[in-house]
Amino acid sequence: MALQNVWFLLWGLLWAIYFLTDGFDLGLGTLLPFIARTEEEKSVVHNAIGPLWNGNEVWLITAGGVTFAAFPRVYAVMFSSLYSALMLILFALIVRGVSFEFRGKVESPGWKRIWDTTMFLGSLLPAILFGAAFANIFRGIPIDQQGIYHGNLLTLLNPYGLLGGVLFLLLFLVHGALWLAVRTEGKIHEKAGAAARKLWPVLLVVAVIFLIATKFATNLYANYLAHPVLFAIILLTVLALLGTRVFIAKCGDWKAWFSSAVTIVGATFFGIAGLFPNMFPSSLNPAYSLTAHNASSSPLTLKIMLIVVLLFIPIVLIYQIWAYNLFKGKLKKEDLAYEEA
Amino acid sequence: MNVLFLSRLQFAAATMFHFLFVPLTLGLSIFVAVMETKYARTGDEVYLKMTKFWGKLFLINFAVGIVTGITLEFQFGTNWSRYSAFVGDVFGSLLAIEASAAFFLESTLIGVWIFGWKKLSRRAHATVMWFIAGASNLSAVWILIANSWMQHPVGYVIRNGRAELADFARVVLQEWAVLEFSHVFSAALILSSFFVMGISAYHLLKKQHVDFFTKSFRIALAFGVLFSVFEVVEGHIHGSDLAEKQPAKLAAMESHWETSTYAPKYLFALPDEQKERNSIEILPIPGLLSLLAKHSPSAEVEGLKAFPRDERPPVFISYASFNTMVALGFYFAVMTIIGWFKRNRLVESPRYLKFMLYSIPLPYLAVELGWILAEVGRQPWIVYGIMKTSDAVSPIATSQVFVSFLAFIVVYGLLGAVGYSLIIMNARRGPATV
Repeated sequence: MALQNVWFLLWGLLWAIYFLTDGFDLGLGTLLPFIARTEEEKSVVHNAIGPLWNGNEVWLITAGGVTFAAFPRVYAVMFSSLYSALMLILFALIVRGVSFEFRGKVESPGWKRIWDTTMFLGSLLPAILFGAAFANIFRGIPIDQQGIYHGNLLTLLNPYGLLGGVLFLLLFLVHGALWLAVRTEGKIHEKAGAAARKLWPVLLVVAVIFLIATKFATNLYANYLAHPVLFAIILLTVLALLGTRVFIAKCGDWKAWFSSAVTIVGATFFGIAGLFPNMFPSSLNPAYSLTAHNASSSPLTLKIMLIVVLLFIPIVLIYQIWAYNLFKGKLKKEDLAYEEA
Repeated sequence: MNVLFLSRLQFAAATMFHFLFVPLTLGLSIFVAVMETKYARTGDEVYLKMTKFWGKLFLINFAVGIVTGITLEFQFGTNWSRYSAFVGDVFGSLLAIEASAAFFLESTLIGVWIFGWKKLSRRAHATVMWFIAGASNLSAVWILIANSWMQHPVGYVIRNGRAELADFARVVLQEWAVLEFSHVFSAALILSSFFVMGISAYHLLKKQHVDFFTKSFRIALAFGVLFSVFEVVEGHIHGSDLAEKQPAKLAAMESHWETSTYAPKYLFALPDEQKERNSIEILPIPGLLSLLAKHSPSAEVEGLKAFPRDERPPVFISYASFNTMVALGFYFAVMTIIGWFKRNRLVESPRYLKFMLYSIPLPYLAVELGWILAEVGRQPWIVYGIMKTSDAVSPIATSQVFVSFLAFIVVYGLLGAVGYSLIIMNARRGPATV
């Protein structure tokens, strides 16, 4: 039981880190057509995320892999139930991934426009779909006793699901704009700051609506009422969201970005704490829900995987922080000529 | 057209497409690391040019390989959910270890390598490439351990209606996994060396950048000759191990119907699955199959008829893919040995260079045939002997899979066309004149 609870926590943590890291490059990819007009500006945006997006995306692979290893039934039912949504995410990530590499390989405006479009769509779709998928999980999914899904892609596009999609998109947009501010100076830096300032109030409103809607659409608050200490998560998240705005005003780029990162982690844990011990609740009958306790791997596998994760995740964090540290500085003109590499 | 059939088609298409890019990543990363190390040690600009030229081709190939890899992890859950639920305890952990111990490193460092030319010292930058090469190959180790478990499941117990892990070390260290990794790793180096030698041959035939491409050719040749000779020996050991552990696959890939001693090997045979015999058999060599599979010409080799019809893999596909792969394997060894004797006078050997240029696609064909044999030859099982493929598929709507399959064909078709056009364009252009 204790082992399963630890794994549930780790499962939530991996998703949180995924949204925190890939969140800013998905957000910035979506902002690309709005924030970057000239070729130089587009090149700046690409260079701001180019060195880091690939490592960020592996948090998704790891979150998926760990679900498979520690909670095989959750993995099986979640991925087959959300088939169409996941395929859309997959194709989006595929065309987005190659656009980084392909874009600069041919010197033609038309060619570059193609890969700017795939970058935009490939960033926008996952941002919305991850939000919609998680909101639907909070709400419950129509699965029966065998884990067979009774619905289709449109089932996921209910108002609460869509609200979740919009919330994630806004979180990522602000996060992405702030990352661009961190890595730039001059005119594009001002544009990035302005975008963050304009998007922030919308995010605040949507976040408040989401918190209220959660009361009516889901059962998440039951855990909060049973353990009021959990309200600290919501409080911290809201403070981080407000802090983001304060730091934007004070032009503390890094502090604003960190605040935004804390907001995203907090928002993820808001859901995770409310779900516990559910991982994939059934909306047809609570008895059909997949939980950390009825869908986990054997104790031996959980133990071995715990050793693996506790050993490797800190190592991963160390070299990813090293990589971030390498590419944290303000981009200069001479940094943009990476293509000749 | 049902979910099972479409899911199998989709998995085959996605995996075979992904594997067009994997072997070149595994091998070329090592070659580029060798070149960059030479540059870091000597400061000789030609090695810097080599690193950048081959590095560029490596990166285009890497990009397509990495994005199509995500598909495979997703598909176990989306299309093979019953499989995932049944084997996740054993199989899922291998994928999770692959991601956390290897794939992370490779993906994080690739960004550092592309964008870090001015941020790192020469030596550190070259070291990053070694880590990329090491992590890529370590990824392959874990994925192939996972596949080996599907081929020859060990270290598990059936409990709570699923396969549960019993002995982690046995799963990771089993002989099949060692043989399968050696086989795939060697194949990757052969493919990469033929890629580099073929492109070098193109420029040497035109007598351009002669020093640059002679050096490139010779680096690749050293790996090529070593691993293509090794692969012939390793392939034989792998085959006789398979004869013991997957006798039905062996019988299918040799199109061997009747259990017999002194089992012959034919130069050519054409199986007739309806009549359970070969409709054509040319030039039998008595006892050769027994000798190859069981180390003795008098040994008994089980024929296909020893297995119930519904437990036999498709015979023609297994037979044709196996024998073509083996023929290609010998061709690679012969061509690289010839190359070894011509290595000091490559430019004066235009006929050999032309052969090498047109041989670029052949290792690609060989690796795809190898996977066809491995996976089709394992049928009807998804996990050999314990779970059938037909019991593994997700309970989902046919229309969903139909649409996603079409989307794969379109997206991957475009991706392949663009990826290879860029590779060919940059390969033809030759090294930048710095």
